[in-house]
Amino acid sequence: MGYLDRTVRSFLLAELVAGMGATLRAFFKPKVTINYPYEKGPLSPRFRGEHALRRYPNGEERCIACKLCEATCPAEAITIESEPRDDGSRRTTRYDIDMTKCIYCGLCEEACPVDAIVEGPNYEFATETREELMYNKDKLLANGDRWESVLARRLELDAPYR
Amino acid sequence: MMTQIVFYVFATVLVLSAGMVVSARNPVHSVLFLILAFFNAAGLFLVAGAEFLAMILVIVYVGAVAVLFLFVVMMLDVRFAQMREGLQRYAPFGAAVGLVLLAELALAFSHWQVAEDIGSVPHVVAAPGRTNTAALGDVLYTHYVFLFEACGLVLLVAMIGAIVLTLRERPMGRRQNIDRQHERTAADTLAMMTVPLGQGVAANGGFRRPEHSYYIASVPGSYGVTEEPVPQGRPVDETRRGGHGTENHGGLAQ
Amino acid sequence: MAHFFLHTLIGQVILTVLEALAVLVPLLLGVAYLTLAERKVMAAMQLRKGPNVNGPFGVLQAFADAIKMITKETVIPSGANRFLFLFAPFLTFSLAMTAWAVIPTNDGWAVANINVGVLYLLAISSLGVYGVLIAGWASNSKYAFLGGLRAAAQMVSYEVSIGLVIVSVLLAVGSLNLNDIVLAQRHVWFCLPMFPMFIIFFISALAETNRAPFDLPEGESELVAGFFVEYSALAFGLFFLGEYANMFLMSGMVSILFLGGWLPPIGIAPFTWIPGPLWLIAKILFCLFVFIWVRATFPRYRYDQLMRLGWKVFLPLSLVWMVLTAGFLLATGLLPQGGAS
Repeated sequence: MGYLDRTVRSFLLAELVAGMGATLRAFFKPKVTINYPYEKGPLSPRFRGEHALRRYPNGEERCIACKLCEATCPAEAITIESEPRDDGSRRTTRYDIDMTKCIYCGLCEEACPVDAIVEGPNYEFATETREELMYNKDKLLANGDRWESVLARRLELDAPYR
Repeated sequence: MMTQIVFYVFATVLVLSAGMVVSARNPVHSVLFLILAFFNAAGLFLVAGAEFLAMILVIVYVGAVAVLFLFVVMMLDVRFAQMREGLQRYAPFGAAVGLVLLAELALAFSHWQVAEDIGSVPHVVAAPGRTNTAALGDVLYTHYVFLFEACGLVLLVAMIGAIVLTLRERPMGRRQNIDRQHERTAADTLAMMTVPLGQGVAANGGFRRPEHSYYIASVPGSYGVTEEPVPQGRPVDETRRGGHGTENHGGLAQ
Repeated sequence: MAHFFLHTLIGQVILTVLEALAVLVPLLLGVAYLTLAERKVMAAMQLRKGPNVNGPFGVLQAFADAIKMITKETVIPSGANRFLFLFAPFLTFSLAMTAWAVIPTNDGWAVANINVGVLYLLAISSLGVYGVLIAGWASNSKYAFLGGLRAAAQMVSYEVSIGLVIVSVLLAVGSLNLNDIVLAQRHVWFCLPMFPMFIIFFISALAETNRAPFDLPEGESELVAGFFVEYSALAFGLFFLGEYANMFLMSGMVSILFLGGWLPPIGIAPFTWIPGPLWLIAKILFCLFVFIWVRATFPRYRYDQLMRLGWKVFLPLSLVWMVLTAGFLLATGLLPQGGAS
């Protein structure tokens, strides 16, 4: 009986017809395409995108040049130089990230004791030249200023899980 | 007038391409010229009003025979330098054979006599109003049916001969019995297990497919399958597995 | 006046050219849009949207592709046989176009209504092998060569079963003329009494046009792109168009041989109002949809399975069916007494 059943099925192309039925059903289903440049998918608060250096609400930069991020960076993408500022506080004179080296692991963010360096939600920072991907301190601070509201919200959302 | 022009065009190209078949240096070019020659022959058939023969010529010779020629010639690694080396040595021999053939042909043609009553010899004429396909069928299946069947038999014998000469059963690679493979269901290859907590699959000796699933679809006698496939559901002892080490047999677990 | 002009030689030539254009222009447009239709249908079956940026619903995508194809550089690999390398795509493309000369779009509407139309189609489709084989060889590339060999072996193998299926149809018609074949289906389309042959013919047509699931000659994973690996720009575009034109041709053959050509499904009032060519187009479009549907559904065959299917399954089946058809027609006295011109 089993043999007869199988033979009849294979002659009637039962499996092929079933497969084509599945694709035909999909043909009429609503599509899941996101119309990318105009629509975007949701991002997790933990999404690791373009880096930013944050400031305190009073405008003072957070980074204290502890160089923990530089030490922990597995790709050695971060370069920091520091000098005491006139008011005696310890600040960076240079904070560079080579975005072509960066692997977006987020360890710099984890290492930072003052939440200065963070990886933001921005993933649309493609450039036309390689040089533009060598980020310096000005660029990173500008990123921080630009994304601050989002960055703060993300940290707040993720705080319970840290 | 028009017909004559067409005829001469086809005939000229036919003869030229036939010449190129033997004179082209690259054997692949030779075959391509041969195909051109076939085409023009088909064109000549068309001019003669034999469209069925023309199409059959294209289908059989161009579509099948010449493809196989091209196949073989393309895969042959012809070394032209070596071929030219032999030319010097074999040229006198070839010329001698050619001369003998020429002499024989000359003899034959000089004594060729056409029968006096050639015009009155009965030959089959297509009934008016029949297409030449139908007319050909009329002749082939009535007058010449035995010869036609004999041709078929000769071709059949040639085909069987070719298969017998080239088909060798070699245990190279594992081959599948495709019907068995199609019949195979998830139950044949998948076994559900309860995995003890804290010990993982190691307690069961790793992931393991049912034993017979390895051989269920392979052809007995092909590589790695030393015996008849084990019937479904019967347990197998370790020694009956061909070719595999025991530790390797756990499948995906390692 | 006009009538007289049409009977002169020049008039005949002009008329034939116009007839050919009347077939070729819609065909080329159809081919251009088939590439878009394939992407849209495949996308829909994979829950995507497909190209939708160029023009409303992406209708200008075909032209964007064409412009890209034309403006790119034609690269001829070193060591390639220049003439044959460029000849192959032209051959593939022009053969796919030539075959349309005999396809009747309505009763008696064919550019050339010849007596051996079916054989002509078979001959043309068997020539398609050469474009592929020559392209593979002339590229001077191992991948292209292997792809060409695979394609040739595959096409020759499936032509055999296509030929036998056609013979079954011809037995029931009694003529090699495509017009007669369609007219013989006035009462019932051949796809009903010869359903197994219809399926075999369709699957063989997939193999003949190197379409999925039989697209081994261009298997991306092992042969990069098969016989047209080395092609770029316009030469590649011609291959591409040739492949799609061949799909059109095979769909046309399926429609004519099994789906009643330009005939409506039932010969009664609402159906007969629609003109014949529209029926034929609808049937061809349906076949093309199934071509794409199959591609979206099935994974690629393995090479030995492909050959097994052709020689060990389709060939015996179509041979047995041919004998059965002949026996049935003879026993019931339905065998057509064809042959009158």
